[in-house]
Amino acid sequence: MVETVLFVIFGIAAVGGALAMVWARNPVYSAMGLMVTMFSIAVFYVSNSAHFVAAVQVIVYAGAVMTLFLFVIMLIGVDKAEDRSERFRYQRPLTAGLLGLFVAGVLVAGREAWTLARPAGAAEANGTIENIGDLLFRRWLLPFEVTALLLIIAAAGAVALAYFRGTPDEEEAEG
Amino acid sequence: MTVTPGWYMALAAVLFVIGGSGLLLRRNALIMFMSVELMLNAVNLTFVAAGRELNVLDGQVSVFFVMVVAAAEVVVGLAIIVAVFRRRSTASVDELAELRG
Amino acid sequence: MDALVSLVLLLPLGGTVLLLGMGKRIGEPLAGWIATASVAGSFVLTAVAAVDFFEGGAHGEVIGWFSWLPAFGVDAAFLWDPLSAVMTLVVTGVGALIHLYSIGYMHGDPGFGRFFAYMNLFVTSMLILVLADNFAVLFVGWELVGLSSYLLISFWYERPAAASAGKKAFIVNRVGDVGFLVALMLVFASFGTFSFESVFERAPEVLDTGTATAITLLLLLGATGKSAQLPLYVWLPDAMEGPTPVSALIHAATMVTAGVYMVARTGVLFELAPVSAGTVATVGAATALYAATIAIAQTDIKRVLAYSTISQLGYMFLAVGSAAYVAGIFHLMTHAFFKALLFLGAGAVIHALEDEQDMRRMGGLARLMPVTFATMLVAWLAISGIPPFSGFWSKDEILAIVFGRGGAWVALWAVGLLTAVLTAGYMARLMYLTFFGERRWSDDLHPHEAPATMTVPLVALGVAALVGGFVNTPWRLGLEHFLEPAFEGVTLAHPPEGATPWVLAIVTAALAVLAIAFVAQRYVVAERRPAEEGRAWGLLRAGYHVDEAYGGIFVGMGAPAATWMARDVDQRGIDGLANGVGWLTQALGRWMRPLQTGYVRTYGLALLAGAVALLGWFLTRAGVF
Repeated sequence: MVETVLFVIFGIAAVGGALAMVWARNPVYSAMGLMVTMFSIAVFYVSNSAHFVAAVQVIVYAGAVMTLFLFVIMLIGVDKAEDRSERFRYQRPLTAGLLGLFVAGVLVAGREAWTLARPAGAAEANGTIENIGDLLFRRWLLPFEVTALLLIIAAAGAVALAYFRGTPDEEEAEG
Repeated sequence: MTVTPGWYMALAAVLFVIGGSGLLLRRNALIMFMSVELMLNAVNLTFVAAGRELNVLDGQVSVFFVMVVAAAEVVVGLAIIVAVFRRRSTASVDELAELRG
Repeated sequence: MDALVSLVLLLPLGGTVLLLGMGKRIGEPLAGWIATASVAGSFVLTAVAAVDFFEGGAHGEVIGWFSWLPAFGVDAAFLWDPLSAVMTLVVTGVGALIHLYSIGYMHGDPGFGRFFAYMNLFVTSMLILVLADNFAVLFVGWELVGLSSYLLISFWYERPAAASAGKKAFIVNRVGDVGFLVALMLVFASFGTFSFESVFERAPEVLDTGTATAITLLLLLGATGKSAQLPLYVWLPDAMEGPTPVSALIHAATMVTAGVYMVARTGVLFELAPVSAGTVATVGAATALYAATIAIAQTDIKRVLAYSTISQLGYMFLAVGSAAYVAGIFHLMTHAFFKALLFLGAGAVIHALEDEQDMRRMGGLARLMPVTFATMLVAWLAISGIPPFSGFWSKDEILAIVFGRGGAWVALWAVGLLTAVLTAGYMARLMYLTFFGERRWSDDLHPHEAPATMTVPLVALGVAALVGGFVNTPWRLGLEHFLEPAFEGVTLAHPPEGATPWVLAIVTAALAVLAIAFVAQRYVVAERRPAEEGRAWGLLRAGYHVDEAYGGIFVGMGAPAATWMARDVDQRGIDGLANGVGWLTQALGRWMRPLQTGYVRTYGLALLAGAVALLGWFLTRAGVF
């Protein structure tokens, strides 16, 4: 009962935020819309007993990633008006068509019965920290370490990208 | 009417499609990037729902990894956008069309 | 002995390699001396090695170098026996003298080093040919002399006439070589080996007359190409475009004799096929007469000698076709002496008159070039068959043997007699026009005698032409005894017993003298040369228009075919195909280029389209549709 209510409310919020993100003129409004969507999704995670993931969603996604986005939006410039004309005439119709096909495909697939067997000895789907941690540090240890490495590489790469780039004038001088 | 995991997946599909349209129809690089994030979130939701349906925890572990990688991707992507903006004073991807045939 | 003979081959080979690589840098005149020394060295070594054979009865030995084609059982091996010894002596002896002469003749020519490199290459090739122990090595030498001939005929390659002449020689030779090759195939098919020893030993049992006839006729075809007999003689007159020493060495003394040598060497096979032997003799006799008639009317001094060579080669073929192998080789030897001498002398004259070759513009040179005149006189008498000069002994031995075989052979003898008369006649004409009478050359020419490097060989050859005949007189058949061991497998024909040969010889010589007298009367006594006009003269001078006929038939057929191949098949077809592939690739690229719009969002659309397609495929696989 509760879940249904939550679903309806936050479902509308999620979709609304998404639509706002896509349609808003002002990039800051878009970012806000996305924030709303992310919080809604965090609620859905809780509904599905994915507590740890929900926490990570709020902290990392909504908290860090979106903040980063806002930083860059402010840096880039908030007030640039965007040209709305399309260079490729068929962009809009094709997008609509293909996305429609995609959704249709997904829905059709969804109607089928699930044929996957449940893996034996799987843990009960209770997403507490202990259970997740258990999986992460046993079965999925290697991917865990690799993604950690990936994070370091990404950070180093970002620093490298940003470090030597000055203003266009400086670049000409050193380049 | 109970909410089955299937509902969540349908919702995720809708969110995915909205993100996809934003990716293909907007010109601002930042908006496009945020659309990608939206699509990733939709996928995460699907994973969690599927995990609940199958009663395994692997779905949530996948979500964990997706988030980590998405975070890394955002870092690098934004750095690129900033670098490009510094050079060309534009955030519109249509302006960046030199690699054409 | 192994070492000696191997050295004989290696010396000119070394000369070739050295001069090909560094000839230009070595330059005049050292390159010439090196080349001459290598050939002269070979001559000396051959003479030393041949001492054994003088005792008579020495059989040949085989000197193997390396195993060449194991699949065919062919080794790079050489046969050292009296026949190859005689040939080698002739090739290296006359060759050395001609090399020496060339040092003077080619003085100042920019291609000096290249000339001697090619000359040494030729000597090497000819030695490979005559020293071969099996058909395969013989063929290698055969082809190589053809190559050398081509290189030397078109030595002055910037002259279109010379380049064409070289091509003509090579192509006509090729026609003969086809016959040779097919003969080789038949030999291998019948015997399973190419080795002379095996083939000749087993021939009587293995070959039936039919196969033997086929093989020998095909060999004859090859020989007519190389030795300029009917019908493949047309390249030899044109080959006079090459420098005169080349004409002397290759087209008089040595290369053209390769056909004669080849028939002599394979005598065993010809004995098994009387039809072929008869054909050889007939072809020889016919060619001899045919060429002599053409020689009468030529105005270019070298062309007279060219046709004369064809004619004398006919004599040699007549001899070997009549099983008179020794006589044939004997005439080969004496002909080498006097014909080389004639060519070298002609070269001296040409040089003195600054490259004038037309006899109508010569005359009166006897006093001005005494050595040349004297030596050419000797050669003239030799070729006319006047005793005691060498030509008399060799030519008359042939005629005697042919007559002695009786029956149809007498007809061939008559042809040979007639030819001898004509020979004396046209050579007398040549001598008169060149050395006697009024001076028909322009006043700003100052002809003088040739330098020592050119006159010494003339004198040496003159001596040889004078006394060379004494190696095989009826009283002392020196050459025959020398060569006998080499012809063990065949029945040598001999002149008839008694006085018949002498009667024939006297008749021949007398007729020759009469011919000379006739020419003298017409040309000298009448104070002016005959006009030499008229249709008959024109026909003879043009060689019965055979060249034009060949040109019309073969070139006329071949040229359109060649053009079609070159233009339509090669250019349009094959090149078109290759170019077409390139064009297609470009067109494809041009068609697909618009896909690279440069706009990320269109790429995104493409990605989405692909994703949808994949989704559809997965769903289909899962059996949803």
